[in-house]
Amino acid sequence: MNYFDSIREKVLNSERPTEQELLALFRDGNLYDLGFLADIVRRKKHPEPVVTYVIDRNINYTDICISACKFCAFYKGPEDAEGSVISFEELKKKIDETQELGGTQILLQGGLHPDKQLEFYEDMLRFIKKTGIHIHGFSPPEICHFVKVSGFSVAEVLERLRQAGLDSMPGGGAEILSDRVRRMAAPNKCSADEWIDVMRQAHLQGMKTTATMMFGHIETLEERLEHLLRIRDLQEKTGGFTAFIPWPFQPANTAFSDIPKTTAHVYLKMLAWSRIVLDNVANIQASWVTQGPKVAQISLFFGANDFGSTMIEENVVAAAGVTFRLSESEIRSLVKGAGFMPQQRTMDYSFVTTG
Amino acid sequence: MDYLIKNAGLGDILEKVQDGERLSFADGIRLFESPDLLAIGYLANIVRERKNGNNTYFIYNQHINYSNICTNLCKFCAFGKDRDSDLAYEMSVEDVRGKVRERLSEPITEIHMVGGIHPDLPYSYYTDVLKVIKEERPAVHIQAFTCVEIAHLAEISGLGYAGVLEDLKNAGLGSIPGGGAEVFSSRIRGLTCEKKLSGSGWLEVAKTAHKLDLHTNATMLYGHIESLEERVEHLDMLRRAQDETGGFLAFIPLAFHPKNTELSSLSRTSGVDDLKMIAVARCFLDNFPHIKAYWVMIGQKVSQIGLSFGADDVDGTVKEEIITHMAGAETEQAMSREQLLRLIREAGRTPIERDTLYNVINSY
Repeated sequence: MNYFDSIREKVLNSERPTEQELLALFRDGNLYDLGFLADIVRRKKHPEPVVTYVIDRNINYTDICISACKFCAFYKGPEDAEGSVISFEELKKKIDETQELGGTQILLQGGLHPDKQLEFYEDMLRFIKKTGIHIHGFSPPEICHFVKVSGFSVAEVLERLRQAGLDSMPGGGAEILSDRVRRMAAPNKCSADEWIDVMRQAHLQGMKTTATMMFGHIETLEERLEHLLRIRDLQEKTGGFTAFIPWPFQPANTAFSDIPKTTAHVYLKMLAWSRIVLDNVANIQASWVTQGPKVAQISLFFGANDFGSTMIEENVVAAAGVTFRLSESEIRSLVKGAGFMPQQRTMDYSFVTTG
Repeated sequence: MDYLIKNAGLGDILEKVQDGERLSFADGIRLFESPDLLAIGYLANIVRERKNGNNTYFIYNQHINYSNICTNLCKFCAFGKDRDSDLAYEMSVEDVRGKVRERLSEPITEIHMVGGIHPDLPYSYYTDVLKVIKEERPAVHIQAFTCVEIAHLAEISGLGYAGVLEDLKNAGLGSIPGGGAEVFSSRIRGLTCEKKLSGSGWLEVAKTAHKLDLHTNATMLYGHIESLEERVEHLDMLRRAQDETGGFLAFIPLAFHPKNTELSSLSRTSGVDDLKMIAVARCFLDNFPHIKAYWVMIGQKVSQIGLSFGADDVDGTVKEEIITHMAGAETEQAMSREQLLRLIREAGRTPIERDTLYNVINSY
């Protein structure tokens, strides 16, 4: 296994393996080849045995969406009578509940609504901001949609949303950052370049964001790597990504429901591979929402140093038939059971200390 | 990667594992106590690949639980019910025949049948159910009646372990499942299942079976109130018994499921607990050919990962699993052959469909 020795040497010396080496590592490496290397990277970045998590709630302001992505079980088409938009009273109630549970942020995302104007989103942000909670909201496809609806530039839309109270942005809608995949799976969604550009501009305006990848559908291994390298390249320029969250496609109730679900073994390899490739992103999150508590805990040995969010509410993965639930105390005990110290954090990974 | 194992403080155990040298009691404790999950798994994987290569076994099987009426009523069990309980049930011999008939069109090679310690089913019931299964499916292998049930039959019949086993064998019994072992420690049995057959009694039944050419499996119910020492002691007792007879096929760690039991205030086992248990068992039980990551107990995901942590078997199609599901298992009740093949292949292993005695039926 000469190539593996060479890759290991590089990782140990904080050098970057070549693309060919990275592809070979995923293809031919076993769980240990990937796990040990990911753990080395993780320990370099996080020498203290701490695993962080955030208390938040996913609030989906609407499920009405004109994007109609084939991997999505959440959206309702504009003509579907079941689609809805959240009321401000409902928003307030959800945020109050979140704050009562010690929550520090909300993750605000929704479908690409055909009729709502930019002012609607600004009003929503101003309304939420009165509660003082951190707003982690609007993934790049939403921003691109607002650009179309408003006629403003990406920079102008981001500026206006920030003025209205937007604090940071989630990395959703990245799916696979390859235009071949996007054309086949999500033709109405922003392109890979547009996704990267929104993130670049957000970072330039001083906003922190995360990045995600949804894998395990129609993409090739090369396209997964292309995705990771695009994130790594942008991070090299801006440093604005706080975390990377890879999660496997959940096929139930989607147009791609005949694609079999990614197994846990492949998930762990992908997680570890992400940790190795994204050497300039500080944090890698485990996806307990898709993997359940057992595999999420095991993920902590395959590169993940963050348990994500308590997700007081989650609707998108649940629509694809997957409903794991974890309380803060369960997360803490899973983390402790794996030999790490649990630590509540905010979006920017500052620790939350409670008196 | 050896230096990573040495960094984890397990260099001496690595050497023993590489040389095929037996681990000591203290080694077993150290493995359980080590926080380095990957290192423990790596050690177990060495043993696993030495014994079973890349093979991962599964079986096309059917489970039948003939009755949940039980006089033992162990505190960790959600299945056993008092005779007067509304939830109590028992299958007649003809009911069992019906269960077998329902699935005659499927390529089932094993019927796995266990039940409670029933206070008044006659001795003849047990030989009769074996006979009707064989009448319906002459070629099927019947793996039935845990050592605890065998001891109960010895008591009601007065025939002794060997006498009962001979009768059952003549009626069609092929092998004995590993249930009822729980944790052998008398402290644990006193606290959780005082009416149950003792640990030494369990081993005595198993060894008697081995001498009559009946293979058996072995289990351990972990993740409740047992200490690490009690776990290693359990493994050590199994290892000694296996040295004597060589009749055990597989060790199957069983994760405790608290829901609906008298120990319901305890937590479920975590993924790390499950993998460590598989891995330590693989390292310690050097004379057991197989370690099973039973998906019904730990879920399909952890079972699959277990294939890199020492396990070489995932059990099988199962269907209608009752015992663990009454204790709140959220796993599916059945897996298709296609699901099993995919699970095994995606773990980078070679799927082998086996019969009960690990003869190869089909290699994929």
